[in-house]
Amino acid sequence: MIANQKSILELQQHTGVNVNRCYQCGKCSAGCQLADEMDFPPSMVMHMLQTRDEELFQQLLNSKTIWLCVSCQNCIERCPMSIDIPQIMDYLREKSAGEHKINHQSRDIVAFHRAFLDSIKYTGRLYEIGLIAGYKTRTFHLTQDVKLAPKMYAKGKLPLVPEMIKGTRNIKGIFSKTKI
Amino acid sequence: MKKLGFYPGCSLKGSSSEYAQSVLAVAKAFDIELEEINDWNCCGATAAHNMNKELALSLSTRILALAEKQGFEEVVVPCAACYNRLTVTQHELNKDEALKQRVSDIIEMPISGNLQILNVMQLIDKYVADRLEQKVTTPFGHKVACYYGCLLVRPHNILKFDRLEDPQSMDILMKRSGAEPIEWGFKTECCGAGFSVSRTDVVAKLSGNIVKDAADRGAEAIIVACPMCQSNLDMRRPQINEYLKQKINISVIYITQAIGLAVGLSPKEVGLQKHFVPVKIG
Ligand code: SF4
Ligand code: SF4
Repeated sequence: MIANQKSILELQQHTGVNVNRCYQCGKCSAGCQLADEMDFPPSMVMHMLQTRDEELFQQLLNSKTIWLCVSCQNCIERCPMSIDIPQIMDYLREKSAGEHKINHQSRDIVAFHRAFLDSIKYTGRLYEIGLIAGYKTRTFHLTQDVKLAPKMYAKGKLPLVPEMIKGTRNIKGIFSKTKI
Repeated sequence: MKKLGFYPGCSLKGSSSEYAQSVLAVAKAFDIELEEINDWNCCGATAAHNMNKELALSLSTRILALAEKQGFEEVVVPCAACYNRLTVTQHELNKDEALKQRVSDIIEMPISGNLQILNVMQLIDKYVADRLEQKVTTPFGHKVACYYGCLLVRPHNILKFDRLEDPQSMDILMKRSGAEPIEWGFKTECCGAGFSVSRTDVVAKLSGNIVKDAADRGAEAIIVACPMCQSNLDMRRPQINEYLKQKINISVIYITQAIGLAVGLSPKEVGLQKHFVPVKIG
């Protein structure tokens, strides 16, 4: 067995998706609205997995594709074989983050996710000002959207104080128990 | 008075407060009481399920468990993204007992998995639609583009809500409110979802294509049922117009705002003044 089979076997076990069932018709890529921003469109992802080549697998973990996929589920709905590509993307993202292989051009996207999760971890809910502050300190995009926040506030769309839930200990417990 | 559980989700408490306001106002106009789930938390949205599947499942399950504990059989979830997360989570738990047990241990609460989770259109279909036409006092006499987005209809095998490529539920409700829904091609295309901040350029492009098609086909408003769709199409209009290199003024209003106006609620009562692109119809 080639050494690289292992990654694909693990992927198939975790997602329940058999990558061999894809016959490369390309419908997923044709319907994916993010495909032209991606380095590998979804059908290409399937093809790369089918080769069972470890190097290509590593390229996927390091790709822009996995972070650009918005899980809109269009590909699976249109796929003649109902292949669950969004599930594969979820798996690859979690693995990429866990193994510190995040594509450096996708760091803003991941920084946003992390800032979002931090906000939930401490208050139980999303605190939008905290989210933006967290995102800005992570990315140094300090001046982005500076005009938007005051407008939102004026329209009553931006509470200044976070809503703390009572069960924040429970939420922290959930975070610590699920940490990868 | 009919009483149902209510999961507003974070955006309805902040950037999309007018959605919550209009949902509650319409419910009240039809004698439905929506009671918030006690101590609810964020469902984790895109961030949790992109980064950690177990975390995403646990955050959503805590909400479901709290709703069960409060004795609700039905819970209304107006945000399409939350609706999707909660429904998919319940489905995953119900098909895998071991997973259900593990998640229940993580959240330290029991979960039966028997809740009825309703999106806003399902709420209206079930409890309002019959009485809607007779209650309309000011028909919503405008051409509208009903925009469903992705998360309300997909994945179909789990949500089992409406047709995939050309859904109808919102169009039917708008017709009953006196509007004229247009035929167009972007009903379920993606608006750019959670990329509003981290990839504003992607949102400008995807949302721009949606806004442009609706306007080109003569719609006077885009009707939505998701805070993420609304804020991408509305709050990001400066970036959209820059991408399109033309100024499009079409407003983006929630289905509950449109229905509210049709049954005689004031623009203020449904929070129309909170939109960024001014709403000139009503
Ligand atoms: S639509 Fe399905 S079968 Fe066709 S290329 Fe994509 S994954 Fe493969
Ligand atoms: S789920 Fe991801 S890969 Fe599939 S169509 Fe949507 S964005 Fe593209």
